[in-house]
Amino acid sequence: MFAPFMVNAWVAASIVAVIAGVVGFFVVLRGAAFVADAVPQGAFAGAAGASLLGINTLAGLGLFALAGSLGIGWLSKRARRDVATALTLVVMLGVGALFLSFTVEYSAEIFSLLFGQVLGVSTTEILPIAILGAVCVLAVLLLFRPLLMSSLAPDSSAAAGISTGRMELIFLVIVALATSLTLPVVGALLIFSLMIGPPAAARSLVSSPLAAMGLSVVLAVLTVWVAIAASFETNWPIGFFVGTGGAVCYAAGRLVAWLRTSPGRRVSGS
Amino acid sequence: MSSVLRVLFAPGFFASSPVHVALAVGGIAALVSGVVGTFTVLRGQSYSGHALADLSVTGGSATFLASVSPLWGFAGTGVIAAGIMDMIGIRRPRGRDLATGIVRGAGLGLAALFLYWDATSTSTTGATVTILFGSMFTISNSVVPLVVAFGVSALAIIAILYRPLLLSSVSADVAAARGVRVRLTGLACLLAIALAVSLAAVTVGAILSTALLVGPAAIALRLTSTPGRATVAAALIAVAMTWLGVVLAYDSFGWPPSHDGWPVSFFIVTLIFLGFVAAQLTGRVRRVRG
Repeated sequence: MFAPFMVNAWVAASIVAVIAGVVGFFVVLRGAAFVADAVPQGAFAGAAGASLLGINTLAGLGLFALAGSLGIGWLSKRARRDVATALTLVVMLGVGALFLSFTVEYSAEIFSLLFGQVLGVSTTEILPIAILGAVCVLAVLLLFRPLLMSSLAPDSSAAAGISTGRMELIFLVIVALATSLTLPVVGALLIFSLMIGPPAAARSLVSSPLAAMGLSVVLAVLTVWVAIAASFETNWPIGFFVGTGGAVCYAAGRLVAWLRTSPGRRVSGS
Repeated sequence: MSSVLRVLFAPGFFASSPVHVALAVGGIAALVSGVVGTFTVLRGQSYSGHALADLSVTGGSATFLASVSPLWGFAGTGVIAAGIMDMIGIRRPRGRDLATGIVRGAGLGLAALFLYWDATSTSTTGATVTILFGSMFTISNSVVPLVVAFGVSALAIIAILYRPLLLSSVSADVAAARGVRVRLTGLACLLAIALAVSLAAVTVGAILSTALLVGPAAIALRLTSTPGRATVAAALIAVAMTWLGVVLAYDSFGWPPSHDGWPVSFFIVTLIFLGFVAAQLTGRVRRVRG
């Protein structure tokens, strides 16, 4: 399991988990689950296009993720946010379907883009993932306070001189960046479990924002490690274990939070 | 006139039996999606619709293992997932997206596993692409009665619950005060969405069925103001765009670069998106004038 060819997998997956934990915290806080779900799926089309043109997959992913994020931001000013997100997503997926019909790629390749292929990470791919990942995490940490304020109290943060619109844009760009890095490892359909399960669990366990973010990173890393180990042992796709792990994190978080409230204060549905 | 028709409809279009099935199944799916979609958009449940669509992938990939019609899998998982989403508190707007996402993630994890088994244990290598992106021209005749049955059930749910659904979409509190069982209505609506999405999944593929559900309804709600008219308009727009997509896809046989046709789902989704953008723009012009 720790053979030389597996080292890349462990390193890449750990980086991915840290990014997902940090960015996911704000995804959960801002209630932006649908956006965080749509951007990776749409970016998948970019990867398909990149493989069609024979250019770097990461470039295709980044381009489509960014275009998708900005498209969602632009359209939500004019229509309901969930409708704008859904339609931006499907039009990108439609283009992806077109690209796929042009290529003669093996469906195994498509499968690994959608559901993740951690064992395929090469040494040359690790460096860009690490650098861009560091940029991503650094951006979130630098903007931690304004992002937090505009997420929790949009009105008072506007009064404090923080532009909510600009924060939203920055947030979308960060999601796009995080997406293009994590997609090849975990897969388009399941990054989102990693971005939402651990942070949601962390939020129901601790109340301080910084501690919650830290815990969310720890949980995300643990989820990915367990997923790699299990995937290595069973030879089943890693996506299955990541998806299940995300749900288990969330369920455990809810359970602990529920047990902690004393019976007298338990209200159904809270 | 006839030359125009000949350009639009490539030779053999009306004689081809796969085209007949595609038009019939696509039309029914579009009709149901348009009607159900209006309520999806009104209730702000686009994400639930999308998640149910993704989850039907799980069912679809399971049926490839058992080699029964994927439609059973699409609809079956959709209904189960709707129940689970309702159970873990989908009513509170804040937690709703989160709960939806968690169910979706877990379901897709299972789908990954099933598809992997499809690819390794059976010889259906194309399962991933077929389930996710649809294959309208390969639908068999025998599916049509099933499609009709599911479509009628979804429409019946909406028809019976039309007024309570509308009321609880606008204001859950008012509806509850009027004696509407809001939660039950919400569950029934999710079931209707699940059925509609499973039909759309057969035609345009599971991950694109959101387009048929949300797109025409969003356009219609932009253009008309009463819910009744919007429902009818959404159904008409959905059917028109699906049929136009089928026509274009049939025409595209022989287009570069592959010469075996562009995917139907690409045309339908693109038409819907262009329609949506156009509706947004005309809406704005009208507001400026008014």
